[in-house]
Amino acid sequence: MKKKLIWAAVAAAGLVATTAHAGTLEDVKARGVLNCGVNVGLAGFGAPDANGNWSGFDVSFCRAVAAAVLGDPTKVKFVPTTGETRFTSLASGEVDMLARNSTWTFKRENDLKLTFVAPNYYDGQGFMVPKALGVSSAKELEGATICVQTGTTTELNLADYFKQHNMKYTPVSIKTDAEGKQQFLAGACDAYTTDASGLAALRATFEKPADYVILPEIISKEPLAPVVRKGDDQWASIVRWTVFALIEAEELGVTSKNIDEMSKMTDHPELARLLGSQDDLGGELGLDKEWAKRAIAAVGNYGEIFEATIGANTPIGLARGLNAQWNKGGLMYAMPFH
Amino acid sequence: MTQAYFRTDMLPPRVPPRGQRGALKWLRENLFASVTNSAITVIGLAIVVWLVVQAFPWFAHSVWNAKSLAECRDIVHQTWGPDASGACWAVIHERWNQYLYGFYPMDAYWRPNLAFLLMLAALAPLLFTHLPRQLLWYSAAYPALGYWLVWGGTAWAMVAILGGFVAGWLAFTLVKRISAGLAVAVAVLAAMGWWLFLAAPVTGALAAVAPLTLDFVPSDRLGGFLLSIIVGICGIVFSLPLGILLSLGRRSDMPLIRTFSVFFIEIIRGVPLITLLFTASFLLSYFLPPGTTFDLVLRVIIMVTIFSGAYMAETIRGGLAAIPRGQYEAADALGLTYWQAQRLIIMPQALKISIPGIVSSFIALFKDTTLVIFVALLDPLKGITDAVRGSAEWNGVYWEPYIFSGAIFFIFCFGMSRYSMYLERKLKTDHR
Amino acid sequence: MSLADSPSAGSFRLSKLLTDKHYRGYTIQFLFLILLGGAVGWLANNAVQNLDRLGIAPDFGFLWNRAGYDISMKLIHYTNDSTHGRAALVGLINTLFVSVLGCVSATILGVLVGVLRLSRNWVISRLMTVYIEVVRNVPLLLWLLVIFAVLTESTPAPNEFRGANPTAQMWFWHNVAVTNRYVALPSPEFWRSLGNVDLGIFLVSLDLMALIAVIVLAVLGDRAWRRRAHRVQEATGRRPATWPVTLLLFVGAPVALLAALGFHLSAPVMKGFNFTGGILAPNPFFALWFGLTVYTATYIAEIVRAGILAVSKGQTEAALALGLRPGQTMRLVVLPQALRVIVPPLISQFLNLTKNSTLAAAISYPDLGATLGGITLNQTGRALECILLMMLAYLAISLVISVAMNLFNRSVRLKER
Repeated sequence: MKKKLIWAAVAAAGLVATTAHAGTLEDVKARGVLNCGVNVGLAGFGAPDANGNWSGFDVSFCRAVAAAVLGDPTKVKFVPTTGETRFTSLASGEVDMLARNSTWTFKRENDLKLTFVAPNYYDGQGFMVPKALGVSSAKELEGATICVQTGTTTELNLADYFKQHNMKYTPVSIKTDAEGKQQFLAGACDAYTTDASGLAALRATFEKPADYVILPEIISKEPLAPVVRKGDDQWASIVRWTVFALIEAEELGVTSKNIDEMSKMTDHPELARLLGSQDDLGGELGLDKEWAKRAIAAVGNYGEIFEATIGANTPIGLARGLNAQWNKGGLMYAMPFH
Repeated sequence: MTQAYFRTDMLPPRVPPRGQRGALKWLRENLFASVTNSAITVIGLAIVVWLVVQAFPWFAHSVWNAKSLAECRDIVHQTWGPDASGACWAVIHERWNQYLYGFYPMDAYWRPNLAFLLMLAALAPLLFTHLPRQLLWYSAAYPALGYWLVWGGTAWAMVAILGGFVAGWLAFTLVKRISAGLAVAVAVLAAMGWWLFLAAPVTGALAAVAPLTLDFVPSDRLGGFLLSIIVGICGIVFSLPLGILLSLGRRSDMPLIRTFSVFFIEIIRGVPLITLLFTASFLLSYFLPPGTTFDLVLRVIIMVTIFSGAYMAETIRGGLAAIPRGQYEAADALGLTYWQAQRLIIMPQALKISIPGIVSSFIALFKDTTLVIFVALLDPLKGITDAVRGSAEWNGVYWEPYIFSGAIFFIFCFGMSRYSMYLERKLKTDHR
Repeated sequence: MSLADSPSAGSFRLSKLLTDKHYRGYTIQFLFLILLGGAVGWLANNAVQNLDRLGIAPDFGFLWNRAGYDISMKLIHYTNDSTHGRAALVGLINTLFVSVLGCVSATILGVLVGVLRLSRNWVISRLMTVYIEVVRNVPLLLWLLVIFAVLTESTPAPNEFRGANPTAQMWFWHNVAVTNRYVALPSPEFWRSLGNVDLGIFLVSLDLMALIAVIVLAVLGDRAWRRRAHRVQEATGRRPATWPVTLLLFVGAPVALLAALGFHLSAPVMKGFNFTGGILAPNPFFALWFGLTVYTATYIAEIVRAGILAVSKGQTEAALALGLRPGQTMRLVVLPQALRVIVPPLISQFLNLTKNSTLAAAISYPDLGATLGGITLNQTGRALECILLMMLAYLAISLVISVAMNLFNRSVRLKER
């Protein structure tokens, strides 16, 4: 009997969300909360503070989608996922989307049945070593012990790279960045490998960041993108175009500060389409007119997000590099809003 | 008349020889009985002294107030010299709330606290038999109350759920006259009907009249010892009925039910808890209707219940095996039905015998709650410690958090094991 | 079961399915079967629907695909070109390896502690009590983390062994180095090795086989020699000394074999970032092994203590009264009885130890859970298949141990009358 009690209690409190298998959009709207899978803790990209409030680059994309869909950037439940659990929690429906430095690869898209919506960060895998080691190139790492996160593309790239250069190494598998940091700082591995952005983020949390160097070799392409389940095209479109809206906003010079004035400028057709003052693009996504405006107002445009969370003026200190707008030498290129 | 040749007063006892009394005798008998014995004593004492000498300065140089590990070390160096090392309890001072409550909203700490106190009150009538039996009604209603306090939401939902039990019970008493089997069926139907069709509107209506709501706290905010205790207590409370059923099933005359129980118990006992937790986190939603997802903490509680139920079944089976056949035969001879015999004769004795075993299952379960870290829940050992060490201020601190949470675990588990020993002794005297 | 049931065995009427105790059993079982079938069917149906919706069909083919990742500790040959199946096998072997070692060392430590706790020496018995109570009342996970932390944070990094004036020293005449990554041990080598035999799954060292064969032969030879001594004793009343032959067989023969094969130890050498040559036993392995040993030993100690206390004093006294010497009393009277009490719970502790070895995940020891249930699961996304295989593997280990336990129980059970 007591078991029944808990089942019923669960149902009543809304923790069991049974839905007649509808689209993700309807699920999210009915629930009133967006379940967003994020990293368990990667400074700058997604980490909870001491009170459990989440912030960071990836987290901002969750909030943008929540603002676009639900009208409130705080209506997000952040589900911390490790490299191991992220895709299963997406596949099992525990989360509606993943905004968690995940690389877009062929196998993941086709074998794991995932849809990567649009790259929001172009990255590449690198190595970090203590300066004292006296290593200046990844090619000098013959025989080294290397810390690598499990369940990521990183460990496959690592294996490939060392094989390609005919070198030997010993992997130390770790589960989270916090664990990796402990191991690396204790000297249990010579080098730490992950995406270059992750290395910078990790180094920023060290007591003496200057004692560590990131080696010049970038051994892989890592286009990081938010992920949704395959098969729900409407939901994929919503997430994809929310990302594009943030990128487009930067290109058009729309910021969270000037968005109200900008949305009044009806003589600018591109702006009017994006911000919903003229066309109703949102309707085709199953949203209202001002979806993009809300998303931008909530978290700022792509450039603002970047600068506020991982940019040059933050402890992470990443340069825009590949992630600058396409007309400024980068790869950030929003598809046209027509 | 006095007789001169025997003494009327006692001789004062003579002091035993020097080697046979006091500390010297004790030392000789207990520490230096033989050469090997002396050697072992010396080695043992040397180890103790060495440990104390190693650890004492560290404990003596404790720092309680600091904002970061670096500051802590500065204070130690300034106060006790540059080579001194000291414990930095400031990390506990700063972050104790996360160890106890995880990321539970700070202004709502009174809720789990109250729930904990009320839980103790709910356990009292189960542990102390001389309390009035009416209190058991409160114990039965407690799960709903505790759930409401910890997770929040509207209290009427809980009332509506309890209403289902009332509906079932009413139906049962009404139909009982006709047939007991039928009554059970009707009661289940009535309760299900209530929950499926009436509970939601009733909740809505009541909430509209008087919204008794607490802020909803999502499960991912739970962590630390709060999570451990919730998982541990739920696991033990729900696994007890499951364990009783399984143990009865395993001893049943009906081959089908016996086989099922044996398979269930052995399979669950044969796999590590971690694989069950993985199942909870990765696979459970595959086995539910498409689109159903529910809270990870609840999934973990379900798996822990199943796991501990299988162990509980074996503990209770041990108790059942210890009951003499005569008891079964006497119950049969009195014309009691199977369930009457179990309820009135067998189970009270079997459970009493198994209490120490049940307590040690609980200790094991409570220790095993730390494994929730493997499904990314914030357990007090590794989950919270990783979160604390992940912050720039406390990176590199490792002894203090482990000692702190280890000590709390020790107090809980040691206390419970002593309680179970006390029970064992107490039960031994009045039994056989 | 009882006589009261038998009269109803006569004619069968439909109503008896509800009213007769005998037939009601069938009714209940039938209903139970329907409910069980319904529940299982429901779960299976949901699973099929869900997998269908996600477009994933259960398929174990991934086990034959290239794994692509490396494993830090492997007892059989494995590279990143090997298959996922082989990676799982590496993990399984690692699990078994640490479990078996753990069982052996936990038994030794547990027996020692259990006996010492019964010692009349106050200091020792108290120390042992403190050890047992402290260790078993704190979660194993904590001990693993603490031991691992001590091993990684208080030992020198390998590069401190480098150079002409290293800051860290190797032990045992430059043979052993304890570092914060691994313990570098010398490896046994043979100048005139017999080579290996490839069994398909793994290589078997013929040198090791030869050594085992020699020891087995020694045991057999020793037994034969003792039997002969026995016969001589029966016939003449004087027992010839057996120990020279025993010594020769057990020490002389293996030493002769090793000398013939050219046995020597090859010490690890610091080269580049790490030691090379020798055996590098990773710290996670040591942490897991020590942790499991120290933790399980406390339970074994209590079992041993209870076992010894369970043999009544009268048994010892009777044996002594019969003229048995103390050693014989222990060997022939006390031990067999204590063992009957000790072994069943001891084996269930072995089972617990094996299951607890899954905590390896917390300290990155590559056990079955880390390879099959970790990296392979992630790289392939085959959660259902991986977890199922993992459960089956543990279930198989448990069953083997249970069967062994039941066989033992049967062989030592008191013949009750």
